[in-house]
Amino acid sequence: MDTAIIIEKSVLIVAVFALTMLMAMYATLAERKVAAWLQDRIGPNRAGKGGILQPLADGLKLFSKEEFLPDTPNKFLFVAGPAISMSVALMTSAVIPWGDKLEIAGRTVIMQATDIDVALLYVFGVLSVGVYGIMIGAWASNNKFSLMSAMRASSQMISYEVAMGLSIIALLMMTGTLSLREIAAQQSGMNWNVFYQPVGFLIFLVCSFAETNRTPFDLAECEAELIGGYHTEYSSMRMGFYLFAEYASMFISSTILAVLYFGAYNYPGMQWAVENWGVNVANIIGFLALFAKLCFFIFFYMWVRWTIPRFRYDQLMRLGWQMLIPLAIANIFVTAICILWSDGNLF
Amino acid sequence: MSDLLLPPELRYAEIIEARKNEDGSELSILNLGPTHPATHGIFQNILLMDGERIIDGEGTVGYIHRAFEKIAENRPFYQITPLTDRMNYCSAPINNMGWWMTVEKALGIEVPKRAQYLRVIVMELARIADHIICNSVLGVDTGALTGFLYVFQYREKIYEIYEEICGARLTTNMGRLGGFERDWSPLAFEKLNQLLEEFPPIWKDFEDLLTRNRIFMDRTIDVGPISAEKAISYGFTGPNLRAAGIDYDIRVMQPYSSYEDFEFNIPVGQSGDTYDRFCVRNAEVWESLSIIKQALAKLPEGPYHADVPDYYLPPKDEVYHNMEALIYHFKIVMGEVPVPVTEVYHAVEGGNGELGFYLTTDGSRTPYRLHFRRPCFIYYQAFNDMVKGQMLSDAIATLSSLNVIAGELDA
Repeated sequence: MDTAIIIEKSVLIVAVFALTMLMAMYATLAERKVAAWLQDRIGPNRAGKGGILQPLADGLKLFSKEEFLPDTPNKFLFVAGPAISMSVALMTSAVIPWGDKLEIAGRTVIMQATDIDVALLYVFGVLSVGVYGIMIGAWASNNKFSLMSAMRASSQMISYEVAMGLSIIALLMMTGTLSLREIAAQQSGMNWNVFYQPVGFLIFLVCSFAETNRTPFDLAECEAELIGGYHTEYSSMRMGFYLFAEYASMFISSTILAVLYFGAYNYPGMQWAVENWGVNVANIIGFLALFAKLCFFIFFYMWVRWTIPRFRYDQLMRLGWQMLIPLAIANIFVTAICILWSDGNLF
Repeated sequence: MSDLLLPPELRYAEIIEARKNEDGSELSILNLGPTHPATHGIFQNILLMDGERIIDGEGTVGYIHRAFEKIAENRPFYQITPLTDRMNYCSAPINNMGWWMTVEKALGIEVPKRAQYLRVIVMELARIADHIICNSVLGVDTGALTGFLYVFQYREKIYEIYEEICGARLTTNMGRLGGFERDWSPLAFEKLNQLLEEFPPIWKDFEDLLTRNRIFMDRTIDVGPISAEKAISYGFTGPNLRAAGIDYDIRVMQPYSSYEDFEFNIPVGQSGDTYDRFCVRNAEVWESLSIIKQALAKLPEGPYHADVPDYYLPPKDEVYHNMEALIYHFKIVMGEVPVPVTEVYHAVEGGNGELGFYLTTDGSRTPYRLHFRRPCFIYYQAFNDMVKGQMLSDAIATLSSLNVIAGELDA
């Protein structure tokens, strides 16, 4: 195998991995700062300038805490829970197209750790494994509140995956591909999918909230009733892993939202930039554009979290099965009719 | 032996066994408390759950029982005020004032108008503080933290006013027999006016944040409802009774401390559910603000305490330089004041209901018997009835909106 490819891919993998970790770390700080801003407070400002070192301080604190192990017959599963959550949260970023391509030393480098044809299926597959981390950890905690949380989390994830998948089908009918790279490339200029699939986007957005366990769908951790739910019994960095996984998956789902519906790395005038400023500059701006879009979604997650209350279990189920799924199916039909109509094949 | 006398674990074990034999379903017992974040204090709810649904529940009280009624039998009257602080500590001044009024009623002391108006102001401030906590914590328990922090700084401002009046913040021990220990400082009035100016828009924002929020409405409407008949038969009073549609308010029914001088509305709900309780409390805050404004506008000049040298401490300067004042001071501090043999009941509209004091004296320096009518104790008895058949999340919201405060529950 070509050494250059190995080096190129290694660098990309490390870069993507580092980016995910860094974003998840700083998302915790951002969450606290956004919360403080919305709540008329100052937020963390002691560690470093303006609290910039707060995530490191938090990590250090969690590492130095006692690792409490509850009296449970499943010590192995208890440890495995957070590990699964964490690894699943970090796996998804492999298929995200961060930009179109760069030209370095005469080589064309695709800004994507790996470009697989079924990238979208891969993302869904990996995301749905995420629930096992919560289920296994909560079940192994040997605690009734955790068990309830596990039941809530699993039924919620399964219900919302259906609606999420259906909303994506409408998108796939339009794009005709499962490759995230091609979906991104199709949205060049301002041809963002959100303009063609507004309903699909809304369903997908709601479902991503549910999939990442964020308010108003944070029933699984619900500090008021379940005292933290699945991580009630966790302490030290094991709990840190759960929290970290939540932020990592929030980052990933923001990125997927941006890639699928908001034109990925495309920005208006990208073609012009390629012609006048060169491929590299244009694509670095493209990466920054994607970054700005995903940061907006991360902010949106936080904005929602600190504004509205959470659903009740039965209301959540009703919303998923009785509203989102029929809506997603209707969306598929409408999309199909529109595609046929625009092709002139209707009637 | 009656079934109800069995400990709930044993009682539920039979039900669980029966259900298992009947259709194979597995019920479970969940201990909600005594140390659970949503109980806002320490009391235990043993719930029989079918998954998320509550089949039966039993409340346990007594975790912070401090025998206040018994302690009060060994204390002179003025030393009982600190005990009242520690009941509903979210609205301590109402408890203090209620207690002073009870003793004044027993001793037949007439309080000057200015002191009465000042008492009204501080009691309404306490009501606002109480409702701020109750309603914003209902938001927290349904998952919306922001509103809580948003209004909580105004509770802080109210505490600063308390501080200006009596020096204390949470457990205020405010006032004296016959009035206040000193006249309110200009700074107290300044802070009060500032609050009246700054707080209403914030409270409006808070209401807007939750009142028409679809998720909040879904979470609270038809949650933990209680009918008017049932509420009355349980002995509900205050906002929880008014939410069920009964316009009963002590401030109007048996006016005390010149409440008859003010114009205000009694907001009532319809269904007695969590949402109605929330709305009634929201509306009461507006009424309280209006009462404070009226009281400030009408505030008469004059003495801030009754002229009762037998019971009211003489000024310190007098005590140091005047023999009679020193004797009075000594006698009052030792509790050796003339007390008639009498029996009185006095109730005030507390932060969350009728706070009553039933005082029996036998002519000695201490009460012969003192009973506190504590609304939380009464609400908590209805709690299990209200949440039966509802979900776990509903139980949390119901408990929160009943505003059961452990200090008052156990006394």
